[in-house]
Amino acid sequence: MRFYTLLQKEILRFWRVAFQTVAAPVLTALLYQLIFSHSIGQHVEPYPGVSYAAFLIPGLAMMSMLQNSFANASSSLIQAKVTGSIVFILLPPLSYLEFFLAHLLASIVRGLVVGIGVIAVTLFFAMPPFSHPVWLLLFMVLGCGVMGALGIIGGIWAEKFDQLAGFQNFIIMPLTFLSGVFYSIHSLPPFWQALSHWNPVFYMIDGFRYGCFGVSDASPWQSLAVVGVTFALLAGITLQMLRSGYKLRH
Amino acid sequence: MSAIVFDRICKQFGSFSALDEVSFRVEQGDFFALLGPNGAGKTTLISILGGLARATSGTATVMGYDVVQDYRAARSAIGIVPQELVFDPFFTVRETLRFQSGYFGIRHNDDWIDEILLNIGLAEKADTNMRKLSGGMKRRVMVAQALVHRPPVIVLDEPTAGVDVELRQSLWAFIRRLNEAGHTIVLTTHYLEEAETLCNRIAMLKQGRLIALEDKDTLMGHGSARSLRIVTTAQALPDSLMPLVTGGSGPEFELKLADCCALEDILGELRRAGIGLKDIEVTKPDLEEIFVDMMHR
Repeated sequence: MRFYTLLQKEILRFWRVAFQTVAAPVLTALLYQLIFSHSIGQHVEPYPGVSYAAFLIPGLAMMSMLQNSFANASSSLIQAKVTGSIVFILLPPLSYLEFFLAHLLASIVRGLVVGIGVIAVTLFFAMPPFSHPVWLLLFMVLGCGVMGALGIIGGIWAEKFDQLAGFQNFIIMPLTFLSGVFYSIHSLPPFWQALSHWNPVFYMIDGFRYGCFGVSDASPWQSLAVVGVTFALLAGITLQMLRSGYKLRH
Repeated sequence: MSAIVFDRICKQFGSFSALDEVSFRVEQGDFFALLGPNGAGKTTLISILGGLARATSGTATVMGYDVVQDYRAARSAIGIVPQELVFDPFFTVRETLRFQSGYFGIRHNDDWIDEILLNIGLAEKADTNMRKLSGGMKRRVMVAQALVHRPPVIVLDEPTAGVDVELRQSLWAFIRRLNEAGHTIVLTTHYLEEAETLCNRIAMLKQGRLIALEDKDTLMGHGSARSLRIVTTAQALPDSLMPLVTGGSGPEFELKLADCCALEDILGELRRAGIGLKDIEVTKPDLEEIFVDMMHR
């Protein structure tokens, strides 16, 4: 009941401002799709038989999912901390596990809603075959989970909005943009290709792409392992922060 | 079983000692005032009860539950109204209270929510967004949030700041009814007349140390000396009374009055000197004077 209430509140919080939290990122992805597929779509075929317009769809969907999952938990927590209303969830007998799971699942829900929205509007440009729906779903949920956990960490760590913006602009944004959203990493010079393999977001997008097309730059099992370990690591750090009351309880 | 027990609570913030070996009990059914100047440690003490802060050493219990070991039971037994005016701008008053009920594991709590809203004068604002409420109304919603789970112990940290006089009266009437119904109330306030009127026991903190813990009547009784104001038929007092004079000039004088026996002595001296009385008044120090006196010791 306690967990369910917090989850419900966190979902309702972003749904109340869905124009900003769902419609806006869907529109942004649509604009990316429109511009990139028309400007360079004719000249590029990332995988044999896969058009650039189709290739772009899972990249954009996953990027939007990841950014919004992060934004959900982090903005909820930083707002609650800055305004002081966080006391209303710290005073009740919620366990740190309930706190974590409610924020994490709400982030995943927002990520999935945005991702489904992006896929729905970009289908006008191309129709990926969605070859492996289970892999597709797995990477959607895990990817949003990783960013949800990172969002909780960011929201707890940051003490003001500009610290969180720094976290978002200097860590999350480069990781997502340099992960193969707009290109296959095989088209990169060897140095950047090697560097991409150290970026866990690359595996989220690549695994998701495997679910869409049945082809990818890395093996889906390798991607699953990297994303799974990343999630476990971040979840562990988040739980430890919450258990110790880091920056929440003095 | 005491409602609240603090046992040798210390709280350090770096090298600053916010609480230093604070120990006292609040008994069930008490209407208890926790007083002290800003920075005395009142809010830190309350934060320790609610789990917002952790004591560096010492233990605290609420209704017998340790606030760290049995935090779920302890937090379910206490409702805290925080000092800062805070609210979640996304929701209406009713949604806010329903969520707060859910955090305490309570479903279908609307009957009690309606009763609280009626008592704090917000029944008509139930479906209004929190953003649209005045400061005083937001403050009252915070009181309601602390009450949704019907806690046996209610802690109010400056609950009437920014609330107008009429609503303050209705809020206190409601809190008093809760106290009469058996709830233990702990109050911090800068309106000392409120504490004097409402509370039966009083603790005072100064620089993180407990400097007074008494029944209100005892504290009021042995506070700073009472004073005696007299208007006499003469312009001067006998020499024997001059050391007691604290103010005024003939024929009106103010004298220090250590206790009631001293009054007999003063009147006797006046009689012996042939000085008549036109008016006489004994004034008792109020809680504010006692508080100021204690803080300056």
